[in-house]
Amino acid sequence: MKLIPSAALLSAFIVASGMAQAETTLSVLIDNNPETIAAFDALTAAYTAANPDVTFDIEQRAGGAEGDNLVKTRLATGEMADVFAYNSGSLFQALNPSETLADLSDIQGNVIDSFKPVVTSPDGVVRGIPFGAAMGGGIYYNRNIYAELGLSVPKTWAEFMANNEKIKAAGKVAVAQTYGDTWTSQLFVLADFYNVQSAVPNFAADYTANAIKYATTPAAVQGFQNLEDVFKGGYLNEDFGVAKFDEGMRMVALGEAAHYPMLTFGIGTVKQNYPDNVNDIGFFAQPGTDAAKNGLTVWMPMAAYVPATSPNLDEAKKFLSFVASVEGCNTMIGAIGATGPYLIEGCELPTDVPASVADMLPYFQTEGMTAPALEFLSPIKGPALEQITVEVGSGIRPAAEAAALYDQDVEKQAKQLGLPNW
Amino acid sequence: MTAKRRSPYPYWFVLPAAVVFTVLFLVPTIASFWFSMTRWDLFQTEFIGWDNYRQFFKEPFLVQGLTNTLIYAVVTSGAKTILGLLLAVLLTSGILWQGFLRSVVFFPVLVSTIGVGITFAALMHPTKGAINIALSYVGIDGPSWLSDPTLALYSVAFIDIWKGVGLATLIYIAGLAAISPEYYEAARIDGATRSQQFWRVTVPLVQPATVTVVTLSLIGGLRSFDIIWATTKGGPGFASDVLASVIYKQYQAGFYGLATAGNVILFLLIAIIILPLTWWFNKREVDL
Repeated sequence: MKLIPSAALLSAFIVASGMAQAETTLSVLIDNNPETIAAFDALTAAYTAANPDVTFDIEQRAGGAEGDNLVKTRLATGEMADVFAYNSGSLFQALNPSETLADLSDIQGNVIDSFKPVVTSPDGVVRGIPFGAAMGGGIYYNRNIYAELGLSVPKTWAEFMANNEKIKAAGKVAVAQTYGDTWTSQLFVLADFYNVQSAVPNFAADYTANAIKYATTPAAVQGFQNLEDVFKGGYLNEDFGVAKFDEGMRMVALGEAAHYPMLTFGIGTVKQNYPDNVNDIGFFAQPGTDAAKNGLTVWMPMAAYVPATSPNLDEAKKFLSFVASVEGCNTMIGAIGATGPYLIEGCELPTDVPASVADMLPYFQTEGMTAPALEFLSPIKGPALEQITVEVGSGIRPAAEAAALYDQDVEKQAKQLGLPNW
Repeated sequence: MTAKRRSPYPYWFVLPAAVVFTVLFLVPTIASFWFSMTRWDLFQTEFIGWDNYRQFFKEPFLVQGLTNTLIYAVVTSGAKTILGLLLAVLLTSGILWQGFLRSVVFFPVLVSTIGVGITFAALMHPTKGAINIALSYVGIDGPSWLSDPTLALYSVAFIDIWKGVGLATLIYIAGLAAISPEYYEAARIDGATRSQQFWRVTVPLVQPATVTVVTLSLIGGLRSFDIIWATTKGGPGFASDVLASVIYKQYQAGFYGLATAGNVILFLLIAIIILPLTWWFNKREVDL
């Protein structure tokens, strides 16, 4: 509210002094991940340098369900910032994008085609641009521990568990888990989707059409089983119930734990907090049952959006077309490096990427070695998954029962979205 | 009571209060009954009858949430009532530093609930928290207070009691001050011991304060949310979920109609528990 009098004063001043140039302040809402903040700071600074009449007012929000709530509420009440960053895929679909978000299809010039479907609303209009790098979901490992114990990167889940056993026998924490940030508990389930899809190729479409269930698909239950196995094996850090995401990255970076299942954007946190240890971390895709079918589950980057109600629609779109340009992409790489491929045509990755990124890139370079996570193939994602996975990962609920419970949870989301067959 | 007397004031005197009450309370209450019967995404509503209620009662976490709500309300309310009375007796007995101790007991009431939650989450950390570090000095391996599914709800209840007992004490101090010293004098002359005085004089005569404390703390316990959200967010999993946190999570997920149905149920639940309770208390008060 305070802004109104000062803005009025400012415009009065501009009129009085006969300046033709209009000053714009774009409000921005981003999540509080250090990497997102650093990237946006660099982008806005570069943009203001080129366009001195545009300044930014950056606001941060929590991630996870707390953040979902905030974004939805602010969109619904018409109080969303001029530009905001948020997930693509199923979470984007839950924003009622056809009505709440502005059409961004005229600034897609440099955006790689594979990204567009995950920010396209049901009416066929592209409403977002990629913000950040594509990510892999898999397992970070501490390379020093692997070297010390003579372990090799596992290609099957059985090999992974054998490694865990050796690490535990050596008196170390084998798997870091951080259920204090509940969203981190979902990784073993969500990152297993490459394996689900290679066993049941039509899973995503059937799942959306209510023709297949988690509980009745052994390959899909496996993700929950993985969570149960690492808990039962006694491989977890003592404070797994309260530790947070940052601590998980610290543990695997400093060798306090050997593994941490996470999305590859996590390396950005290490770069900020433990720059000396960035190359102590390696990465591998979540292994399945068959070594010959080892591949990576991929997350599309977040996207930047403009709410339909923004009073600064044109300025916001101009800024986002800069973000989606090669120059914008390079600005981001300059600020936070490369944690994976950016989905901007002509934006090349630097050669000196961290070890964990170098571990991930080969998956992208081989046809058929990647599959998108389920949330990019189906609009349905049950909101209680992160609580259910905490339960399985803490030994409260067995895997099979959890899968059935998740099927029930998903039903609510499907009904809310008004999907057919539910 | 005699027949109703016509008020000497004209009816339009109630108008300002009636407008405020209607706009801020009556309309939203009625609107929530309507929205609870719709599938609502804040933009458009679709009438779906009782589906939300059916869905809410099918909610697998609901039964646990309901049980937890009742456990939580009874435990916190019971402890606040008993501790509040004992503390009030102690703090009106003229002990050393009485005034200072009264403010110490009351102080947690003034602190922000979220702040208290964050502080206790740090104190109750399984490996780095002050509580378990202190326990380790006497050779006890402290549990994971807030992430052990069997303990989490009680740990949060403990925090709630710590924070809320000051208010109960304050109400009881006022209640005790209202008891005429002559009753105690008479009891002493009849040879009553201290414990007989407490049970036969203090407890019955402080009844109005007990009614207030039990009612307030029970309602507070039934709709408790902030302290739970600040410490466990209903976790681990659903172990410390109460009705209010289940409802909040439905809002978070964007199921606004469903969440509103949950609120209507919470409203009815509180009414069902509190109305007979106050009626029963009030009846006893008359009997006294």
